[in-house]
Amino acid sequence: MSSTDAYITGIGQSEVGMKLPRAPLLLTLDAVREALADAGLDISQIDGVSTYPGRVPQMLGFSPVGADELIDALGIRATWYAGGGEISSQLGAVVAAATAVKAGLARHVICFRTVYEAGAMANPDEYPMSRRDRVDGASQWTAPFNALSAACWVAQYAMRHVKRYGMTREQLAQIALTGRAHARLNPRAMVREPLSMDEYMAARLISTPLCLFDCDRYTDASTVLIVSAGDALGDVTCTPVRLAAMAGSVERHSWDQAEWMANYPTGADLWKQTDYTPADVDTVQLYDGFSFLALTWLEALGFCEVGEGGQFIEGGKRIALDGELPLNTFGGQLGAGRLHGFGFAHESVVQLRGQGGERQIPGDPRVAVATSGGGPLATALLLARD
Amino acid sequence: MAGHRALPRLDSQNRAFWTGGAEGELRIMHCADCDGYIHPPRPICRHCLSEQVAPRAVSGTGVIDTFTVNHQKWHPAMEVPFVLARVALDDAPGVYLTTNIINCDVEAVDIGDRVRVVFEQQDDVYLPLFERIES
Repeated sequence: MSSTDAYITGIGQSEVGMKLPRAPLLLTLDAVREALADAGLDISQIDGVSTYPGRVPQMLGFSPVGADELIDALGIRATWYAGGGEISSQLGAVVAAATAVKAGLARHVICFRTVYEAGAMANPDEYPMSRRDRVDGASQWTAPFNALSAACWVAQYAMRHVKRYGMTREQLAQIALTGRAHARLNPRAMVREPLSMDEYMAARLISTPLCLFDCDRYTDASTVLIVSAGDALGDVTCTPVRLAAMAGSVERHSWDQAEWMANYPTGADLWKQTDYTPADVDTVQLYDGFSFLALTWLEALGFCEVGEGGQFIEGGKRIALDGELPLNTFGGQLGAGRLHGFGFAHESVVQLRGQGGERQIPGDPRVAVATSGGGPLATALLLARD
Repeated sequence: MAGHRALPRLDSQNRAFWTGGAEGELRIMHCADCDGYIHPPRPICRHCLSEQVAPRAVSGTGVIDTFTVNHQKWHPAMEVPFVLARVALDDAPGVYLTTNIINCDVEAVDIGDRVRVVFEQQDDVYLPLFERIES
């Protein structure tokens, strides 16, 4: 048995915050329950689980819950499951699930991403960070030079845009300002205070040209997307959103050996899978763990030329809720919290169903793009309401 | 920029790179069959799949491909600001090294600056840092 299309049916999300007392497995349960109710499914109808990056024992806050544990904890009878970090970034877990349901390996797959980085920092006895005397693997090429955060790595790509294309901090600021403006209209957003250009420009620098407001913050939350087979849509009561195209890539799996970022080939590849074009897209939900990544996704997906992302978002009108290409309408990770990739697909479904409430974009949106990653790893999803 | 640095765990694949500075040499894995360079070092040429690879000393000069001035103290002992850069090596096409640019004002660094390697020893590791070549 096979079906030609995969859909996101149910969506769910836990409370989003910092240092939440509720344990990460229970936050995951909250998101699962909401997604099941949204889809009109019972847990007994779930036959697959997919997650990124799986349980990471040495950094439990980064990923405290794996597919194995969730399957056993919820009594899921899985005919297919997968979880791991060696995939083209967070939403690669959705691509894997879609591939599985298209192949007939499962009908309804729970895709989840649970983060507990703020909670873990506050409770090191329960969530210890393992410290080694020496670094190895990929981090040996950056950590000895005190390039200890992805901020330092993304900043170097951003500096090339500054020097090569004249990107300004005022232009880049629009990613954060727009996210924070939209987050005010999202009841679940973690940061709900507005951010002004003056505050942005006065913020302390993290790693030039990135300042504090260009970087997302540790968050506790779980987000669930149920991916269902096209021939199983009779089981659900919600409006399904079709995964109309998917693309992903890896560039050297390295921040310093890659000539350029993985989102550029990924963005180009996305349009090869579909008859849709960028002109058909009603809203974009683009990974902004660092603001600059969202700017480059706009270029990579062909909404503007390479190098013109700064000019494209200048002033912010174009990417506002009532602009021609509303961006990160839930606040993005800079406003809504570091949901780590899954928030972008979740919000795409919300907007395409017209369920955005105060933050709903106008008109009758039918097509959205959601992305994750952008550095050495990238995934892009094109979502359509038929 | 002195102070604490996380040091690499040395193994058979990376030892030549991290200890070449003891002899003043920046050693990059090189392929005898296709003349390509491989970094991070592995026992396979990523250009032609040959196993005829060995560390080779390169000149240690290069160009700043991109950089950032880091202002955030990622741990309490860190001295900031400092320059992080990605250096393209002159004679190892396609190989970049993340490094620090030292011995100059942090605001003086720019993309395209020519640099040369300066080794900083910590324990058994010789970190390849770079300084600008004044023109």
